[in-house]
Amino acid sequence: MANFFTDNQDIQFLFEHMDPARLAGIMEDGFKYAEQFDHAPADAADAVDNYRRILEALGELAAEQIAPTAEETDLLGNTLNPDGSVSYAPGIAKALKLLAQADLMGFTLPYRFGGLNCPNLVYTMSNEIVSRADAALMNIYGLQGIAETINAFADEAIKAEYLPEMAAGKRTGAMVLTEPDAGSDLQAVKVRGWQDADGHWYAQGVKRFITNGCGEVLLVLARTEPEISDGRGLSLLLVERGPRVKIRRLEDKLGIHGSPTCEIFFDDAPARLIGERQRGLITYVMSLMNGARIGIAAQSLGIAEAAFRVARQFAHSRRQFGQAVENFPALRELISDMQVDIQAARALTYFAAYCVDVEYGALRKLELGGAADPAESRALKAESRRYKRLNGMLTPMSKYCASEMCMRVANGAVAVMGGSGYMKDYSVQRHLRDSRITTIYEGTTQLQIVAAVRGVSSGTANSLVDELLQREPPEELAPLAEQIRSGSKLLEEAVAFVKAQGGTEYMDLMGRRLVDMAVYLVVAALFLDHAVVNDGKKTVLRRWLAVKMPELRMNHEIITSGQRLPMTDFEALAGPVPVTE
Amino acid sequence: MGYDCIVCAKQVPDTKRITGEAMKEDGTVNRAALPAIFNPEDRNALEAALGVRDAHGGTVTLISMGPPSAAEVLREGLFRGVDRAILLTDRRAAVSDTHATSYILSCAIRRLPHDIVFCGRQAIDGDTAQVGPQLAEKLGITQITYLEEPAVLEGRTIRARRNVGSGFELVQADLPVLVTVMESANTPRPPAARRMMKYKKARTAGEVARELGQETGEAAAAAEVERRCQVLAEKGLLIETWDLGTIEADLAWCGRLGSPTKVHRVQWVKLAGGEYREFPATDEGVRELVTELIEEHTFG
Repeated sequence: MANFFTDNQDIQFLFEHMDPARLAGIMEDGFKYAEQFDHAPADAADAVDNYRRILEALGELAAEQIAPTAEETDLLGNTLNPDGSVSYAPGIAKALKLLAQADLMGFTLPYRFGGLNCPNLVYTMSNEIVSRADAALMNIYGLQGIAETINAFADEAIKAEYLPEMAAGKRTGAMVLTEPDAGSDLQAVKVRGWQDADGHWYAQGVKRFITNGCGEVLLVLARTEPEISDGRGLSLLLVERGPRVKIRRLEDKLGIHGSPTCEIFFDDAPARLIGERQRGLITYVMSLMNGARIGIAAQSLGIAEAAFRVARQFAHSRRQFGQAVENFPALRELISDMQVDIQAARALTYFAAYCVDVEYGALRKLELGGAADPAESRALKAESRRYKRLNGMLTPMSKYCASEMCMRVANGAVAVMGGSGYMKDYSVQRHLRDSRITTIYEGTTQLQIVAAVRGVSSGTANSLVDELLQREPPEELAPLAEQIRSGSKLLEEAVAFVKAQGGTEYMDLMGRRLVDMAVYLVVAALFLDHAVVNDGKKTVLRRWLAVKMPELRMNHEIITSGQRLPMTDFEALAGPVPVTE
Repeated sequence: MGYDCIVCAKQVPDTKRITGEAMKEDGTVNRAALPAIFNPEDRNALEAALGVRDAHGGTVTLISMGPPSAAEVLREGLFRGVDRAILLTDRRAAVSDTHATSYILSCAIRRLPHDIVFCGRQAIDGDTAQVGPQLAEKLGITQITYLEEPAVLEGRTIRARRNVGSGFELVQADLPVLVTVMESANTPRPPAARRMMKYKKARTAGEVARELGQETGEAAAAAEVERRCQVLAEKGLLIETWDLGTIEADLAWCGRLGSPTKVHRVQWVKLAGGEYREFPATDEGVRELVTELIEEHTFG
């Protein structure tokens, strides 16, 4: 049977290499759940075996049942019915049923709510596997962050009411943030949350571009404090699908046709407050968004993997000028770099997911009073702070890196296949269309850079690279480690130059280049770590350094030139605004 | 009201993964060279039974007759939701043909409450499609073969759609019945993760003895095997093992003795590509092509 987990050597390698046993230790709180739940693991080996089995089962489901429906789903899309309900494409409906039967809709939820209590890393792998089968399905499957947010911040009554049904796949969720005038700028949200005399909450107003807005459990960002106009006036409300929630329109999109993108009118819909007032955007949505960003990075990996495989196969069998087209140098380079690009984004994304698990572990241990003494408690606090800082950089960095990679690889796949790639007979055109959204939603590429550059400019990237390089590599890899070290110095210089310019404008202008430099180095350091135990990765690392170190030097040169013509001479460069009749 | 469903499943070599060593010199299947899997249409039979239980309640019991390794098929059944799993294994049942196999299965099923017995239409190793019908005969119950969509149950009546090759038949019967299920009848559910996390630890007594032997490096002590089985049984993790004694089968009807099938000769067929005929894209050409396809029984 085809299997999208077992057929992927890179995922297999990372699963083994990334110490899932440590994550199991974090998730299982001393393996105490085994007493209470007969499916909970008794030790780390048991837990890791579970993770593997779960991914194997998902891998088979994705390859055998989901992938074959993706083309039809792309063709049919979803339907907005006259009564305001939405019908999923048959392939999506079938897949959701199977995923629910497989117990996979509560992937990270605690056992007590029917979840699998899996670490974020394993969930991230699952998101990639689902996306490879059908990117659009991942938009619904990957919304498990809604349940996570309820679990993290809602009161016990709400958790008990919603989480078991969400874990069972009986209800799906949506994060309801965007409005016509509040896209990237969520502080401008206008939808009103108000309380009647008895203290009941209601939501009023219009949201748009809501993925799976037809779901049953809607987490709505609403202004509950009309007198506060910024993000501190916003709270998170839970609204259940009902007669006062009206889907007015389904968007007609370039890609991910199986994912229903809804415009919703909340007609004083009954609501419940999640957590505390005013923390909606600044705490809850930020947390939700961080999880979702890693989710989109994983989705990007899945789309790219799917596109790559079609192109790789095609280049091997397609003959021109009497030989397979994969023999031509131009295609050899294109195909090789597509694969290296995928592995780079995967290394970074999985590492980010791993660090999220470690941060969560430290916080959780503190919360449960697991620290043996004040010294351990201080150490845990320091660890959680350190990983929080790291994740603040790695999460947007991996979303940026993976989604941009996804577009490049999908585009490259079409290029490899030429005219055939442009035709609907092959899936790469779908992957190319699907890829385009990944750099836009859950925060555009430009916003990810704004978030990631903070960490880069404060030295987080450099210290991470230093840390990853601490272990002395075997002799044959030592010169490569040296290249990474010199690259790291160039990044430090570039950061110092930018800081010396004062203000934030130059930082914003050079943000992408700074983050790119950091991505090249962090990925190189991760590849080096992989190369110590995996021969294939040595070649991948050599190729990565061969193409990325020159780009790093180029970025260093551009940044330290101090040139800011796009700011000072925008009119001259961009030309006049076109006049429309 | 609920229905007691029995599902018969066979562990088969995965004939989709044929390699050079797939066939032995004597022309029989080299089981060691191919991965052993849950016979595909038996998965559909299992899904049909689980579907009946989902809709009406009742029980699903999975039986697999085969070597001790067939325990894997039973664990897969447990992952997907069966209430009870029974391994039917006995050296004396080896080389049973469909006649002996159906007899042995009938002895086992007589000992279990059964409203509906589900079998896959056929197994991918033998492709006989005989065991289901023969089993119904031996149980003396109605058979509905080639089920192609979920059956409808109302009280003690089943209504089902049979695929008859060039069309379908809608049939109705009183319970108990035996149904053989085709791939098109349903989509088998995947293993449920939580059940998999639990039942991956399910074992037959034979497996317990073998694992104990591997741990200690010597033959397992019966008392320790029994103790471990007891622990498993308390957790619902002991897969029952039945042998020909358990089901009081008549040995004359089992194994080689009970199998009238004698393989006379195995013929090697080499499929060679390369030959083709071209037909012109004219009405006459198409007519000629269709005529030839019909004559060679490719069509119709």
